[in-house]
Amino acid sequence: MNCREFVDFLMDYLDGNLPEEQAVTFDAHMDDCPSCVTYLDTYRETIRLGKCICGCLDDAVPADVPEKLIAAILAARRLARDPD
Amino acid sequence: MDDRNTDRPTSRAGAPDAELLARLRAGDDAAFEEVVRQNAARLLIVARRYLRSEEDAQDAVQDAFLSAFRSIGQFEGGSRLSTWLHRITVNAALMKLRTRRRKPEEPIDDLLPGFLGDGHMTQAPVEWRPLSDELLARSETRTLVLRCIDGLPESYRHVLLLRDIEELDTEETAEVLGVSTNTVKTRLHRARQALRKLLDPHLRRSPA
Repeated sequence: MNCREFVDFLMDYLDGNLPEEQAVTFDAHMDDCPSCVTYLDTYRETIRLGKCICGCLDDAVPADVPEKLIAAILAARRLARDPD
Repeated sequence: MDDRNTDRPTSRAGAPDAELLARLRAGDDAAFEEVVRQNAARLLIVARRYLRSEEDAQDAVQDAFLSAFRSIGQFEGGSRLSTWLHRITVNAALMKLRTRRRKPEEPIDDLLPGFLGDGHMTQAPVEWRPLSDELLARSETRTLVLRCIDGLPESYRHVLLLRDIEELDTEETAEVLGVSTNTVKTRLHRARQALRKLLDPHLRRSPA
């Protein structure tokens, strides 16, 4: 296995979807290639950052929301409820 | 979309869900307004992740609130009200995307790792500095990650958001986007690699 193949199969490896024989080859490549170990670590960290940042937005919500949008939502609801 | 996001920490300040819910079900206008004011900003951020146009994002939020309150009787309280609204907003944003003319897929090759003829990487990756929970909580870190996600080509960004953020499975994502499961898998892997490359200059460890 070379680095290109390592990167190609990285997601399947992390998901546990590589056949055992291929997973062994994958592990053997990591023993010999610090660059691919670093790539795997930073790929994993990328997933973690995305999940964490997007999943915990509550604390980061800006206080302002367009008042026009609030008014439009309230008006649309009134219209939907009382069409006349 | 299913109910797997129930553990997302989405509680908001204000009246507890149970009390608000009872008032909403009774058709209380003040309760409706309270829920809109408590959640609109957050839901607008969610809609903007999927829709580039501010007008489309605001329309999606409006559609989501109307849809939610039309079906408030179906909300069983198994998840938080804010989580339920989040899912409805994602659906509303995706609905808007479906109605738009499909754009040609943007290239992503420049954001993928390069390889030499012998299969080695053209540039050896550099380790990243560790990001503690404290650093992650900082607004500049959040802004950086969100800006990088926003820098992904659209079709890749959507797959990444649905799979890694909304935690839909491959089949659900394929169905929602109208593509094959193989396309979802390929795009997710490329999107993660591209996001990694966009984050890399900001997170790499300084030379000793």
